[in-house]
Amino acid sequence: MLNYTFDWSTVTSGQYFDWLVSGLITTLKLSAISIVLAFILGLIIAVMRMSHNKPVRWFALAYLEFFRNTPLLVQIFFWYFGSYKILPAAINDWLVSTNFEFAAAAIALTIYTSAFIAEDIRSGVLSIPKEQMEASRSAGFSYLRSMQYIILPQAVRITIPPLVNQFLNVAKNSSLAMTIGVMEMTYQARQVESYTFKGFEAFTAATVVYLLLSIIITSLVNIYNDKVLNVHKAA
Amino acid sequence: MESFLNFSVISDNFTYFMIGRFPHGPLGGVGLTLYLAVVSCVLSFFGGMILGLFSISRFAAVRYPALAFINLVRGMPLLMVIFWMYFLMPALFGKVAENNTVIMALTLFTSAYMSRIVVAGIEGIPKGQTEAAISTGLKQWQVMLYIVLPQGLRNMIPSFVNQFVSLIKDTSLAFIVGVSELTHVATQINNRTMAFPTEIFIFIAVIYFILCYAFTSLSRWLEGRLSWNKAI
Repeated sequence: MLNYTFDWSTVTSGQYFDWLVSGLITTLKLSAISIVLAFILGLIIAVMRMSHNKPVRWFALAYLEFFRNTPLLVQIFFWYFGSYKILPAAINDWLVSTNFEFAAAAIALTIYTSAFIAEDIRSGVLSIPKEQMEASRSAGFSYLRSMQYIILPQAVRITIPPLVNQFLNVAKNSSLAMTIGVMEMTYQARQVESYTFKGFEAFTAATVVYLLLSIIITSLVNIYNDKVLNVHKAA
Repeated sequence: MESFLNFSVISDNFTYFMIGRFPHGPLGGVGLTLYLAVVSCVLSFFGGMILGLFSISRFAAVRYPALAFINLVRGMPLLMVIFWMYFLMPALFGKVAENNTVIMALTLFTSAYMSRIVVAGIEGIPKGQTEAAISTGLKQWQVMLYIVLPQGLRNMIPSFVNQFVSLIKDTSLAFIVGVSELTHVATQINNRTMAFPTEIFIFIAVIYFILCYAFTSLSRWLEGRLSWNKAI
């Protein structure tokens, strides 16, 4: 350790820099796709979770509990190695014809994250006074339409900060995609380490990138809380 | 595809899934998963307590390093922390067993999250308690040790249990450095048998679910149980 000479140029220029940049782009792409899909799926599950239909509610509850209480890594492995037996052949063929590693990671991240997002949305909805729902029902909206036009638009506004934090979690969780060969940030850092033995520099570079990402996003959430929701003024 | 799902691969390897080669070799499977989770949980309880107390200390020289460390770790993926440990521990301490590398990584990572729970627990105790204790003549550290922490810890218990659930899930990442916990055992068996990935991964997902759900329910039960007769 004492005789180690640092060589930062390895990771700040040339081929290895390009690798890290492409890793960052893959990380962002994977996270962005997963968070958008997870938001849509989470919204559906959250509405199902609050439905008055028992089987629908129980299905949503089972979904939430199962996917929140299983490691993401196992879910990634399941979709990557094991999904071919339960998916229809047409979907399989389509998945294999695309970038399958990326698709499997995106599916796993989407489903895993949707369970957390559904709970965030639900607590957002619960914070909307019950009278809103009652008023809109008595104005003649159906349950789903009241959700769509009255409750969810307000709830989503409150849910935005936790959702942005979920994006941060997805960005960090997407590092697990390296285990099935998606060339994202951590994969590339590891790759640079094995090619150059400059592990310290490579891991520092990746760590700094993750930190910058989380600092930027956390500050955005704080600004939103201050300017839009006035959280700190109200408290 | 002839037989749809064939779970005989599970029954054939059941002991291996549960304890690895334990009586004749190192512990593995579910046993090792729980071992890693329990040891890291106990260590990160103390780590989180120290970091949490440091991060609300009156002394800036103590507070800022603690806050910097907490935010550093919370901004990183766990996988990155494991790689750092995998790479730094041998450089600093010579040869270190993979199990200990992973325990170290999990402890550092979870301590940072536990410290937030500790801070929240302490801040949940009304200021009046501290003021009353100081006016009876206790010193600052005595107030913390005898008045605030005993009450705060009680409120933290459900969150600690939730953190333990996260730890059980996080131990699956130990797979990446070759520690033979449940996920690693599953990939081994998958590589050996080739034909049953769906069955194997459904099975270990269910095992993880049972473990985690049991503790999630415990935490919910404790939350209800501990909240009804708060001292304050």
